[in-house]
Amino acid sequence: MHRKPRVFEATADTGGGGAAAPSLHVAPSPHLADPSLTTRRMMVDVLVALVPVVGMAVWVFRWYAVLQIVIATLACLAAEAVFTSMRRRTLTLGDFSAAVTGVILGLSLPWSAPWYIGVIAGVIAIGLGKAVFGGLGYNVFNPAMVGRAFVMIAFPAALGAAAFMDPGVALRVATEATPLTLAKQASQGTPWWPLLLGTVNGSLGETSALACLVGGLWLCLRRTAAWEIPASIIATVALFAGIGQFVNPGSPMTLAHHLLGGALLFGAFYIATDPVTSPLTFRGKVVFGVGIGALVWVIRTFSGYPEGVMFAVLLMNAVTPLLNRWAYPTPLGGPAPAAK
Amino acid sequence: MSAQATVPSVHSGALSYGVHPHDHKELSADAPIEVLPTPAEVLVPLVQHIGAPNDAIVKPRTAVAWGDVIGRSEAFVSAPVHAPIAGKTARLKATTLPNGRHMQAVPIKAEGEQVEGRALFDDVYGGDWPLDEIPEDRGAIVAAVREAGIVGLGGAAFPTHVKLSVREDRPIHTLILNGVECEPYLTADYRLMLEAPQPIVAGAMAAARAVGARQIAIAIEDNKPQAIAEMKRAVAGTPIQVVVMKTHYPMGGERQLIYAATGLTVPTGGLPLDVGIVVMNVGTAAAVARAVLRGKPLTHRVVSVTGEGIATPKNLLVPIGVRYSELVAYCGGLKPDAVRAVAGGPMMGFTLGSLDVPVTKGTSGLTVLTDAALKKAPETNCVRCGRCVDVCPIRLVPTRIALAARHKAWDIARAYHITACIECGCCAYTCTANIPLTQLIRMGKAELPRS
Ligand code: SF4
Ligand code: SF4
Repeated sequence: MHRKPRVFEATADTGGGGAAAPSLHVAPSPHLADPSLTTRRMMVDVLVALVPVVGMAVWVFRWYAVLQIVIATLACLAAEAVFTSMRRRTLTLGDFSAAVTGVILGLSLPWSAPWYIGVIAGVIAIGLGKAVFGGLGYNVFNPAMVGRAFVMIAFPAALGAAAFMDPGVALRVATEATPLTLAKQASQGTPWWPLLLGTVNGSLGETSALACLVGGLWLCLRRTAAWEIPASIIATVALFAGIGQFVNPGSPMTLAHHLLGGALLFGAFYIATDPVTSPLTFRGKVVFGVGIGALVWVIRTFSGYPEGVMFAVLLMNAVTPLLNRWAYPTPLGGPAPAAK
Repeated sequence: MSAQATVPSVHSGALSYGVHPHDHKELSADAPIEVLPTPAEVLVPLVQHIGAPNDAIVKPRTAVAWGDVIGRSEAFVSAPVHAPIAGKTARLKATTLPNGRHMQAVPIKAEGEQVEGRALFDDVYGGDWPLDEIPEDRGAIVAAVREAGIVGLGGAAFPTHVKLSVREDRPIHTLILNGVECEPYLTADYRLMLEAPQPIVAGAMAAARAVGARQIAIAIEDNKPQAIAEMKRAVAGTPIQVVVMKTHYPMGGERQLIYAATGLTVPTGGLPLDVGIVVMNVGTAAAVARAVLRGKPLTHRVVSVTGEGIATPKNLLVPIGVRYSELVAYCGGLKPDAVRAVAGGPMMGFTLGSLDVPVTKGTSGLTVLTDAALKKAPETNCVRCGRCVDVCPIRLVPTRIALAARHKAWDIARAYHITACIECGCCAYTCTANIPLTQLIRMGKAELPRS
C-alpha cells in the first residue's frame, strides 16, 4: 500500500480544486443502515407467509383457487404498472406491494367468483385503493379490502352467501354453506377440527385457521407484522364470544366458530397488519386491534351479514389517522419546552 | 433537604429502545495503544469546545514548549488550548472542523526535544496515581481542570470544569463514568480501560469530590468483558462500583445511560445535573486525573483509526492538532475501496471532506467505511411500519417529524417535539423504506424558525 494519503474529492463545502481521484464523499450521519430491513423484503415476507394459506386453499378448492389467485394477482400487477406510468412515476412493481395486494385479494374471493370479478376487484384495489391516494404509503384503506368491498357491493349475487354453494361441481366443500352462514341461518354447528384444518366452504384463504396461524405467527416473529394487532383482535373477539357463549350456551355461534370459522385469523394476521393502513405506535395498534375485534363481533352477531372482517378493517382504517394523532408517545423526559 | 433518601442506586441495566448494529470492534479491539511519532507539524484549532471562543495568545514564530497555553478566553464556558508538541508557531490558518465549523488554528512546527514513545505514554497515562494526593478543596480540583483545558472527550466537547462546578440549588448525588462506547467500530475507550485503568479511577475520585457525589459508578457494555474485569480490579478498595449495561445502541448517550442505570429521566431541554447526576467519559476522567495530580494539560488523546477502509486499524495516542492524513498514513493508508471517512463513529460521526484537517479534543476515532458497508436499498415511500417509532430512544415518532421537516411543516414538526431528538441515528438506521430520517430531522432542527 502507498504510504501517501490519497487525493480527496473536493466538496462544495470545502471548495478547492483537486478534481483528480474522486474517492471520499461527504454525507450526514448515520452512515449505516440495517441491511435486513427494506420495503421489498417486507413484502416478500408477506408472500412467503402466505404460502401455507395458498397451499391449503389449493388443496381444498383445487384449480378454482389457483385461478382466482392468478387472476387477481395479474390484475393488480397490470393495474400498478398502468397507474404508476400514468403518474409518470418510476415503476414500483419491484417493491412487490401490488403482488401482495393481488394474492390477498384472490384469497379473499369465493372459489366460484366469475373471472371478471377478480379483474375488476384488482383494478379497483390498486386504482381506488392506492393510486388515487398517491401510491404505496399514502393510502388510507387497505387496497385489497377496497377492491373486495367494491365487488361485493357491485356484484352481490356473485359474492353473497349463496354464491359459495354449487352442488354441481366436483368439490366436496361446495355442497355446504360456509360455517358462519350455517351457524347463523341454520343454527347448525361445525366441529372444530374441520374449522381448524380448513376443509370447509368459504373464501379461499380464510377456511384454514391452521395455515393462517402458521404463516401469521412467522410474520410476527419476523416483526414484519406487528404482533400487537392480531393479538388484540383475537383477544377482543375471544372475550366477547366467550361472554356470548356463557350467556347463551345453546347458540351455534360458539367461541370456536368466532375464532376459527370465518376470516378472523386471515384478516387479523394478513389484512389488519398492513403497515400502511394501521397505526404507528404501540397504543394506537392495540386500540386499532380492539376496535376491529369488537366490530367483527358486532357485525357477526347483530347484522344481516354472516361475516364482518372486511368492513371492520375498513372502518378502523378510516380512524387510523386519528389514532396516529391521538396515540403519540410522550418523549422521554417530557414534551419539548416551547421555543425561546 | 432530604435528598439522601431519594437517591436512586446505580445498577446494571438495559435499553428497551434503540438498535443493535454489528459493532465491527474486532477490527481494532486487540490493537494495543501505540504512540504516534511526533508529527512535523500540528494545526491546533483555537476552539475545540462548546462555548465562548478563545483568543490566540502567542505570536507567530514564537517558540513554545509542550503544554504551553496558546489560546484562552476569560469567559467561564470555555476551555484553553495548549501546545501539544514543542516547536515554533506560525501565522494563524483557517481550517474546517468535522462538524463543518470554520475555525482559526495555530500551526506549530516541531522543534527541539520531544517526549516520545513509551516516555510519552507514561507521562500521560502511566506511573502511580495516588488517590490520597487529590486535594480536599473542591475549588482547587475545578481550577486544575479548567486550567488543563479539559472538555468531554466522548465527543460532546463541553468544558468539563463547568460540569464540575456545582450550584448550591442543584446538588449532585451521583457520578457515572461512561465506558459504554456504544458506537460501532470505536475502541479507544475500551483500550484505555484495559491499559490505563488507574488514571480513570483517580479521575473519577477527583471529579466525585469536586461535585460532592456520594455514589460513583463506571458503566461498561457487556460486550467488553475484559474491560469490565480490568476496571473491577482497579476499583478495588475505592467506593466506585462497576455496572454492566446490556449492549445496545445508543446506551452511551447521557440520557439513555442515566435512564438505564438509575431509572431517572433527564427533562427534555434539561441537563443531567437537573436530576443530580454528572456523566463523564472515561477518557475525560483520565485527563482530569492528570490535571489534578500532575498539573498537566490535555494535549494528547487516544483515537481509534479503524473501519474496513483502513489497511491496518489501530488505536493511537496522538497529539491534538495532528492531521487525520498522518494517522491514516501511519495505519498503512486507505484501502482502494474506501469511500467515506468519518470523524467519530458511523452512527453519529461527521464525514470529512478532506483528511487534511486536525484531530480535536472531541475526536474519539476515525472510521473509514467502504462501499460494501454503506450499501443501502433504494428509498421508497414511508410504509408506516412503525419501526422508527419502536427504536427511537426518546420515544418520538420520527416518520412524522422527518416528513414534516421535508415539507417544512414546522407546526407539525414542533407538535411532535422535533427539538427533543438527540440525532442518534436509530430511526434512519432501521427505516424499512430507507428514508434518511435523522438527516431530515437534523436539517429541520437547523431550519426550524424561532417562533
Ligand atoms: S421506519 Fe421508515 S417506513 Fe417505517 S414508519 Fe418509520 S419512516 Fe416509515
Ligand atoms: S428521532 Fe432522533 S432521537 Fe429518535 S431515533 Fe431518530 S435520531 Fe434518534
